[in-house]
Amino acid sequence: MSLHVDAGQRTRAPMPPSRRHVRPGPGRSFLTWLDLKAAPYLLVSPYYILFLAFGLFPLGFTLYYSFFDYDLTGTVEWTGLGNYVAMLDDPAFWRAVVNTLAMFVIATVPQMLLALLLANALNRRMRGQLFVRLGVLLPLVTSVVAVAVVFTQLYGRDWGVVNWILSWFGIDPIDWKAERLPSWLAIATMVDWRWTGYNAIIFLAGMQTIPKDLYEAASIDGASRRRQFWQITVPMLRPTMIFVVLNSTIGGLTLFAEPTTFYNGNVHGGTTSQFQTVSMFIFEQGFREFDYGYASAAAWLLFLLILIGSAINFLLIRRIGGNK
Amino acid sequence: MTTLSAPAGTRRRRAKASPGGAAGLWNATPLTKLILAVTIVISAFPLYYMIVIASRTNVEATDMPPPFLPGGNLGENVRRVLANPDAHYLTGLTNSLIIAATVTVSVVIISTFAGFAFARLKFRGGKVLLLLVLLTMMVPLQQMGIVPLYRLMVSLEWVGSIKAVILPYLLNGFGVFLMTQYTQQAVPNELVEAARVDGASTLRIWWNVVLPAVRPGMAVLGINTFMLIWNDFMWPLIVLTPDNPTVQVAINSLNAKYGTDYVLIFSGTLMSILPLIIVFIAFGRQIIGGLMEGAVKA
Repeated sequence: MSLHVDAGQRTRAPMPPSRRHVRPGPGRSFLTWLDLKAAPYLLVSPYYILFLAFGLFPLGFTLYYSFFDYDLTGTVEWTGLGNYVAMLDDPAFWRAVVNTLAMFVIATVPQMLLALLLANALNRRMRGQLFVRLGVLLPLVTSVVAVAVVFTQLYGRDWGVVNWILSWFGIDPIDWKAERLPSWLAIATMVDWRWTGYNAIIFLAGMQTIPKDLYEAASIDGASRRRQFWQITVPMLRPTMIFVVLNSTIGGLTLFAEPTTFYNGNVHGGTTSQFQTVSMFIFEQGFREFDYGYASAAAWLLFLLILIGSAINFLLIRRIGGNK
Repeated sequence: MTTLSAPAGTRRRRAKASPGGAAGLWNATPLTKLILAVTIVISAFPLYYMIVIASRTNVEATDMPPPFLPGGNLGENVRRVLANPDAHYLTGLTNSLIIAATVTVSVVIISTFAGFAFARLKFRGGKVLLLLVLLTMMVPLQQMGIVPLYRLMVSLEWVGSIKAVILPYLLNGFGVFLMTQYTQQAVPNELVEAARVDGASTLRIWWNVVLPAVRPGMAVLGINTFMLIWNDFMWPLIVLTPDNPTVQVAINSLNAKYGTDYVLIFSGTLMSILPLIIVFIAFGRQIIGGLMEGAVKA
């Protein structure tokens, strides 16, 4: 047991003597050469074999499939860019894109602000620090499907807690699944409930690397706490923010489990697909309509969307940071 | 437990004592305490509500106003979930455990190997290969590759088998990245050189020098991977059949077929997060420590 406890210091301990007698003799030079030159490649090879099989191969084939037309009877026909052209003209695809982007924005903007404020609150001297941090992180351990099940109930039309609370204010029951905006809001809260605390902890880590003297100097100059937050903390958090926002962009634009569970496990995303995301669209085309080519083309367009989204957010955050 | 928590505790203390840290610059005001209290209540409420509904009857679950205290029906509901002919719940639970455990162990080993090579061994093309890992972390492979992966599983006749779920999960760029970072920090270069001079082979250095030092990093990666795999939904939904599901797919079957049997669905959901809650309670400190360290380095 004690061996494990000080793993940190043990790295500086000398090598155990048992290894000292294994010296390379003259006959071992080839083996030594092999060990020095080949071992690194052997060590990284499992990752790259997996990468070839489950990363590069599917990516390449997704591109290849996207040039073909599949139909239910099993005929496969080359269409070139036909799938892409058809998709840019397909209202169902664009609806999925709009839904995805709208839910992403509705979820992410308040989430970032809340996470920042929460991190600022966490960044104080207090008792029970670990307990508080664990409490904030609690949603992360809940599985996405579980979150969605509970929130679907909370947002129920007839027996949901949310409508019950709204009724105190004289608001009529809302059918959260039926319309675009209410369903987007409901799904965005699921996402935010799960990720705000996580992002706050990441921001907190970033805040703790900001040098104290910056705040001390600002205090001497008479800057208020609020001013210090916006003019020191936020700009200094820029690298952390880029990490958090890029993560949220990828996660948000590939949203799948929450909206699917919200419609009882159906990827159609509501009666008129009012909350179908692009990931659900890909699933539906590929595994409900069995149009592999169309689904593959949608996957590449989703990738494009993520690249554009990441680039825009990256530039946005850089501006926030530069605005001192 | 003690073996894992002790090193993390040391690291936390070090981080706090570091001169640049602004931790605890100010005391918590009553307002911050209030904000934090409200946040914790909001964080915990859906989980609490899960217990409330799972322990009620369907009549009570659809009461107006809704119930806010647990009832006495949990045992009966759990029995109904386990006996449900469409969910295959116990199979799902077992499958999820096997999948998550296998993937976690494999990913940790693969990542520790690669992390050691990238951090402490010099080899031609190493930088480029590492860059490739970072690039692939930006690609949502799960969405991008599902069609060919599914067709691959069809032609291997693996559809419906948990092999088809396990293998693609083994590819984990984040793990390689994390272990590279961690090895750089925890294993001094001189130590590797010294072992080399003493005639230790590369594999031996990995086993005797690297592995003991990076154990806390392995724990963090392991916990993260376990939670990630346990929760994943899309790929098992595609490649598994309802009679041999993961636990998330089993809940989905309940949700799709018994949409208004709330207590049934909630009991299934509650049981599915129990393993995660146990992991969280046992390793909470490591999870937070790992998150915060990873964030600053990235």
